[in-house]
Amino acid sequence: MPEITGFSFPNDIHVTWSLMIVMYPYITGFVAGSFIVTSLYHLFDRQEFKPVARLAMATSFAFLLVASLPLQLHLGQPQRGPFVIITPNFTSAMAGFGILYSFYLLVLVLELWFVWRQEIIDRARRSRGMVRAFYAALALGTYDTSPEAIEIDHKAIKILAGIGLPAACMLHGYVGFIFGAIKANPWWSTPLMPVIFLLSAAVSGIALLILIYQLFARIDRRPVVATCVSALASWLWFFLILTITLEELELIVMAYEKSESWLIISELLTTRLSFSYVTMQMIVGGLIPFILLAVVVLMNRYLHERVRNTLATIAAFLTLIQVFSMRWNIVIGGQLLSKSLRGLRSPYEPEIFGREGVLMAIALFVAPFVILWIFDRVLGIEEPEGAGGHGSPPAGQASAGTPAVTHVP
Amino acid sequence: MSDCHDGCNGSRREFLSGTLKLAGGAVVTVIGGAALASSGSAAGTGAPLPGGGDYDWNEHLWAYLVDTTKCIGCGSCARACKAENDVPEGFFRTWIERYVVGMDDSHVDSPNGGMDGFPPVQVGFVATKAFFVPKICNHCRATPCTQVCPVGASYRTKDGAVLVDIDSCIGCGYCVQACPYGSRFIHPATHTASKCTWCYHRITKGLKPACVTVCPTQARQFGDLKKDGDPVRAVVEHDRIQILQGHLLTEPQCYYTHLDKEVR
Repeated sequence: MPEITGFSFPNDIHVTWSLMIVMYPYITGFVAGSFIVTSLYHLFDRQEFKPVARLAMATSFAFLLVASLPLQLHLGQPQRGPFVIITPNFTSAMAGFGILYSFYLLVLVLELWFVWRQEIIDRARRSRGMVRAFYAALALGTYDTSPEAIEIDHKAIKILAGIGLPAACMLHGYVGFIFGAIKANPWWSTPLMPVIFLLSAAVSGIALLILIYQLFARIDRRPVVATCVSALASWLWFFLILTITLEELELIVMAYEKSESWLIISELLTTRLSFSYVTMQMIVGGLIPFILLAVVVLMNRYLHERVRNTLATIAAFLTLIQVFSMRWNIVIGGQLLSKSLRGLRSPYEPEIFGREGVLMAIALFVAPFVILWIFDRVLGIEEPEGAGGHGSPPAGQASAGTPAVTHVP
Repeated sequence: MSDCHDGCNGSRREFLSGTLKLAGGAVVTVIGGAALASSGSAAGTGAPLPGGGDYDWNEHLWAYLVDTTKCIGCGSCARACKAENDVPEGFFRTWIERYVVGMDDSHVDSPNGGMDGFPPVQVGFVATKAFFVPKICNHCRATPCTQVCPVGASYRTKDGAVLVDIDSCIGCGYCVQACPYGSRFIHPATHTASKCTWCYHRITKGLKPACVTVCPTQARQFGDLKKDGDPVRAVVEHDRIQILQGHLLTEPQCYYTHLDKEVR
């Protein structure tokens, strides 16, 4: 039995939303965050992101494929999971999941197809037998790579990116809404919640790309493009500042208002969540990467490439911890607090094995990388040598349409 | 079908499953009520139901009333609830809270939900008053728990009870989070949401909820707001009454008299 400080309503001592509900926003955060990065290139023509644009899109896809699994694993009656889509109750924020998820999946798959179309056709032409049939099926029977067709591809990619960006933001902002719209829980109930979730999604997506871009480059023995890393670091800094500002703003308003719940929330943060909130979310995952990224951004021109990459990598790793801590502190923290606003239960310790355990959470985090590896084998993530950028403007418009390459967001 | 079947006797369960064969909770809500109204006496054993066998949920609007000055903290209600509804260990459909209050401080507890009564307590301040507060699902009219249910398994009946259709509940736990009163839990055996039903299997047969029946001091009362001369209706209509967490605008149908400011 968990220990209670103060008085909790007797049913409030159970943590109903487990580690899986921490993993769910963490994973969808990568979906949205990676898509933001790929959109910076495909939609906003930020050329500095070209080296990671395809990787970002594939990452978003890989994480999207596992995004619904933590929810499914959490359900008490998993076989009834499809009821959410078949018989949705539209007054429930949760009922929107099926629609948002399917819509974003559709847009993303379409965009992936247009971005990888030439690659698919090339592979279909190069291969024989069953493999050829596979790629021919993926190409949907069209082998048109004429300049006109490529031009149409570019337009389609741009339009889909334009639809995909708000769809990805909705998919993740909505996760924040699920918590933010629970008036019973003062630690969750704030209109800032969807915004905080969205900004931290951008943080986690960019941080993850900094890590896997360098990792993949090292595996493939390719050079890391310095402007790309410093641009990613700049945007990571930007979103980290916004995220932490809003996370703190929420608390400051609560404290300054001396709201009814502040007494118990301040106790929650300084006792039960002192490690995961103060130490991990604010200092290790917040302040330290803020300083490291400040060095990368403000002293960019003086830094040796290796130093810059190392600083950015450490900062990215720490911000991934920051975002995980934030998810943990929201989801679990909100359940340590009783709705009596008089009591806190002892910290929640997830099981190791089992459907909602730590090993499953690790498996869920690793699964997208396996999907990425398969994706790379089937379609190739890295752009083939000499190929033009899929999102780059057609010849003749380049100088007019492309903003100057810069690191500062 | 509905959560009330946890403790229902066989007749109504057989009746519902036999005559309706329906899955969706919302469908049961609408059609089940109509079917019950038209052919209630055909249920199960064929014996007439205590309520006359012609229960029509359009004719009732149930309400619960607690007079906190009458509660002696004996825990009979919580024990009766557990026995009647087979409530699992460590979870509560109803419980009693003890408040010991002084000018500068207060102490609240509910050992095992008050099921075993309350042992003496020592507080580190000068206590000036002490009282018990029975708690139960508030069966709110504007309840957030049914609002957030993604599949409509949680629903409010026409006679004002908030129930769970355990055959369509997916066990997501969103309703548990949304209830401001801590009235809901995920049943460890069925893995679906569970809560107080006002003993729906009893009240539809003209009986009172188990907790009301066993209360030795009538601290807990149950009544019908649609019935003239109903004592609960009279109090709700004419006396000063309070509700829990009124600022959340959930419109509870569980009313309190003589509630203290310490109670949330």
